Amino acid sequence: MNTAVETTTMPTEWRDFFTLTKPRVMTLVIFTAICGLLAAPGSIHPVLGFTAILAIAMGAGGSAALNQWWEAEIDAGMKRTEDRPLPDGRMRRDDARDFGLFLSGVSVCVMGVAIGWLAAAMLAVAIFYYAVVYTMWLKPRTPQNIVIGGGSGAFPPMIGWIAVTGEVTAMPILLFAIIFMWTPPHFWALALFMKSDYAKVGIPMMPVVAGERSTRRQILAYTVLLAPITIAPWAIGGTSWVYGSVAVVLSALFFALAIPVGTRTRADADAMVQEKLLFKFSIAYLFVLFAALVADRVLAAQGLIGPGILTGMFA
Amino acid sequence: MTPEEETEFKRRQKSRNLVVGGTLLFFVVLFYAITMVRMGD
Repeated sequence: MNTAVETTTMPTEWRDFFTLTKPRVMTLVIFTAICGLLAAPGSIHPVLGFTAILAIAMGAGGSAALNQWWEAEIDAGMKRTEDRPLPDGRMRRDDARDFGLFLSGVSVCVMGVAIGWLAAAMLAVAIFYYAVVYTMWLKPRTPQNIVIGGGSGAFPPMIGWIAVTGEVTAMPILLFAIIFMWTPPHFWALALFMKSDYAKVGIPMMPVVAGERSTRRQILAYTVLLAPITIAPWAIGGTSWVYGSVAVVLSALFFALAIPVGTRTRADADAMVQEKLLFKFSIAYLFVLFAALVADRVLAAQGLIGPGILTGMFA
Repeated sequence: MTPEEETEFKRRQKSRNLVVGGTLLFFVVLFYAITMVRMGD
């Protein structure tokens, strides 16, 4: 344990507690949660919709705090994370744990009381999955940690959807599966061109453990697996051609960009142009896909476009 | 604790109190709104 952390007597700045919730990660969480909420059939009162998103954001913040409480020593050993409140000694370690537990607990209770206990239970599972299953258990043990971590990012749109409908159906599960499959090619593309010091702190990242060739092949594999899942909401009739056409085009582009990344080998002084392009595209992919889903569902609700092929059967 | 440290201590304490107070107030308003909406159901 870092002794500098323990001797801090000055009260922690409130901003450091805010930093502990990983606000930048939270923007993506909030975006996908709002998309899930807006795309779900039926309607939710704006006050309750806001509360559901707030609860999801608080749960994400709480589990982020628990993640950093657990990984304080790991973060201290890496350039990217050494300035975080805990490794930098700006906060007592126990305070981070208590803050994380409190925020997580409140988020689940707010969701349960205001929205419903199914959404609250899903939120509790998401927090437990990120803080315990991923952070404490599997991240330090397997090079598939990114695949498992992708699951944590996949919960928000599903919970947003369930907050409206109150039931688990094929569509929210597909939204979960899309982000789950999207995360490995997204993150590993970054890992290929970003020099990180995960190896130094003993976190088994795929490019280090399995090598670059294997990582590249797996990027391609997950991109191929992602395509049918992305197209599935349209195929099962959960959406119309508006989402369907966007999904098909995005999938084809993702695949086209992943082929060079998946098959080439690094040259000396490689600029890694293809990898950087794939990474940037992957972010746009998710934003455009979810925006298309919301547009599709809103247009359908307004009666401006026809229903999906099998609407009513699954969604 | 030096006088400078004491001033800093007070400043941090005060800003934290304001944030916690503001958050509590926000939740009071939010829960009032939630109650009104759900009673209308």
